[in-house]
Amino acid sequence: MNSTILKTATRLLLPIFLIASILILWRGHNQPGGGFIGGLMAVIGVALYAIAASIDEARRRLRVDPLVLAGVGLACSVLGGLWGSAAGGAFLQGVWPFYEYVSGEGTKGWPIGSVLLFDTGVYLTVLGAVCAIIFALEEAVFAEREGSR
Amino acid sequence: MSPEMLLVWPIALPMITAVLTLVLRRSPVGDTVSLVGAVALLAAGITLLMHVLEFGPISAQMGSWAAPFGITLFADILSAAMVVIAGIVAVAVVVYSRQDVSEGERAVGFHALSHALLVGVCGAFLTGDIFNLYVWFEVMLIASFGLLVIGGRRDQMDAAVKYVGLNLIATLAFLAGVGILYGAAGTLNMADLHLTLADRQNETAVLAAAAMLLFAFGAKAAMFPVFAWLPASYHTPAFATSALFAALLTKVGVYALLRVFTVVFDGSGAFLQPILLVGAVLTMVVGVLGAAAQNDVRRILSFHIISQIGYMVLGLALFTPLAIIGAIFYLFHHIIVKANLFFVAGVIRWKAGSEELDKIGGLLKASPLLAILFLIPALSLAGVPPLSGFWAKFIIVQASLEARDWWVAVAALAVGLITLFSMTKIWLAAFWKEHPDAEPAAMPVAPRSMIWPIATLAVMTVIIGIAAGPLYTTAEEAAVTLLDPLAYVEVVLGPEAVAEARASEAAELQLAEVAQ
Amino acid sequence: MELVLAGLVGFLVACGAYLMMSGQLIRFLFGLVLLSNAANLAIFAAGRLTYATPPFVVSGQIAPAAGAANALPQALILTAIVIGFGLLAFALALAFRAWQSLGTTEMDAMRACEPVDFAAGKTKEKTLDPSKSYERNRLEAAE
Repeated sequence: MNSTILKTATRLLLPIFLIASILILWRGHNQPGGGFIGGLMAVIGVALYAIAASIDEARRRLRVDPLVLAGVGLACSVLGGLWGSAAGGAFLQGVWPFYEYVSGEGTKGWPIGSVLLFDTGVYLTVLGAVCAIIFALEEAVFAEREGSR
Repeated sequence: MSPEMLLVWPIALPMITAVLTLVLRRSPVGDTVSLVGAVALLAAGITLLMHVLEFGPISAQMGSWAAPFGITLFADILSAAMVVIAGIVAVAVVVYSRQDVSEGERAVGFHALSHALLVGVCGAFLTGDIFNLYVWFEVMLIASFGLLVIGGRRDQMDAAVKYVGLNLIATLAFLAGVGILYGAAGTLNMADLHLTLADRQNETAVLAAAAMLLFAFGAKAAMFPVFAWLPASYHTPAFATSALFAALLTKVGVYALLRVFTVVFDGSGAFLQPILLVGAVLTMVVGVLGAAAQNDVRRILSFHIISQIGYMVLGLALFTPLAIIGAIFYLFHHIIVKANLFFVAGVIRWKAGSEELDKIGGLLKASPLLAILFLIPALSLAGVPPLSGFWAKFIIVQASLEARDWWVAVAALAVGLITLFSMTKIWLAAFWKEHPDAEPAAMPVAPRSMIWPIATLAVMTVIIGIAAGPLYTTAEEAAVTLLDPLAYVEVVLGPEAVAEARASEAAELQLAEVAQ
Repeated sequence: MELVLAGLVGFLVACGAYLMMSGQLIRFLFGLVLLSNAANLAIFAAGRLTYATPPFVVSGQIAPAAGAANALPQALILTAIVIGFGLLAFALALAFRAWQSLGTTEMDAMRACEPVDFAAGKTKEKTLDPSKSYERNRLEAAE
């Protein structure tokens, strides 16, 4: 599509969507949000860019094959699950090595651990898989339009 | 390693393999990784089965969320053995796919999708939570959608439309059934459901949920009258894919029937049993008659899957210990034989150039070894002694005679005869008669990667047939645990829950006596 | 309130079934969408409809306050929506590809995987004469 308004707006919107998606991913453990919603948010940004520029351009700027991204995401989630059992708990059990609860003072440290890894995996899986679907569909429709001309 | 992890590996390993093969899908290393992953799955399955055989059923709570609130994984002999057989099929399919699956299909992700399918299959075998079962069904379904269309051929698109459309209906019925069940019982853990629903089997909501789930699992298992997706699609993808589908997809449906209609619902209940019984017999008969009308090797075999599913459901419908043993034995035997027959169909296509019966022939002269390798699973499928299928059919027929369901026994035997006719039809057309165009000597030699899986599975069929004893004992033990849901509950929820259930049962009995 | 929802579920199922039986692939998919929404609503209703507070745990507490809504049906529906979304995206893409390669979305005309002569049971074997060779029979059948 060749629209100056859309192109200019996308230049502004894409970073907002991506930052918002990461914020939503980050707050997801205790508040509404999480990897799935965050991933979808990021997809909106990428899809908007793909419409404003082109599919090829979006693929180029994404740098990685979206399916590989989804694969890496799935791997992150599995590792996040295995981490729990490697640390002596059950599969998928939450582990926070830099985080502890001190009675009387509340929580201390960084809430980074297996749960965040799992959620990041979900984020990447959704981003990769949905982008792959959108790109494949757009390309098929585009090829059809070209073919009918 | 804690025994709980034994339950996780059969799901995590194919998941990891799927990721690796997805990333490596355009590289030649991908094939090797896929094979290693399949072997690892088989090893994980065998370890799990050994553990279960030695120490009895085990369960694990994901994330340490106690049952019934978290997701439970559970394995008894039946589920562990199914994982082992899925592993065997996985190895065979990956080896077979080396020559059978085209470069293009591999570049799109044949291996990744196959392993994703195995994730769903093993997850469905091992889960102890009915909503989780739904999720694994979906994983399996999405992967199978992908496998059906990666070839991109015209007929594959058409087949996929039918497969997808009809399976999605079944899926929605499953979901709605789970919703109704949750509304009625307030829990989704199968063990907890057993306790909650033990004396509420004839409530309308419970029966409605049972009907929805019976429809959903029946459609997955290709029972009459919801089997149309199967013969529409199984003859279109690559042969390795066909074999994978034929071996595992419908059997997950049968497994779900066996599990849910023993633990959650009472399969011998007054409402369910007649439906199951009539459905099973009609499935057998319609499937075999459909096969007799076909003229294409894989289409004949597809209809035979339906008819064989009828035998397994029949085992569940009769609901005597012997019948359940028969159903389980049938499940084990059928997966191996059916995968093998689809493999043989691939070699027939490779050598004779077609699958249509009147375009092929001359294979007996061209390859006597292949003829033997076809006869073993074919005769086993028809139930000729001493092959594995004979024992499977024998147990089922014996069980129906003991239950005094004469007409069922007659139907089972007649279906066996017509199966033999179908197999003879393939034998005459592909092996016995002359090839319409080609000279036997000029036919291409089938690659070893296609012959080895066939030979291995054929040897297994013969071994199961000759030494049926140990497998029968395993099936018997599996049936004992399956028919004792309280043992299942004890493993998942702990002995206190069972003791409580027994106490309240005893109290009710006392109350009833007092009332009298 | 449950009654209204039950009626709505029934209405959605009826519309979905009507669309699915129209013999048009796209309408079939629309019917599936309605059906999947009906299933989700059924789960929602199965979780009991009550006026309740959102099931969040207040900071410092370990359990949600009394009167909180049942979170499980919502989790189930969310999962089902996600899965349904994936399946539907696939089904739409497939419908598009099928239309591209088959040139039709009429169910009755989509017979590439099961050609009509199979369905009609026209097995060519019936015309075979066992006294003649197979090739001979084939030639005669072709004539």
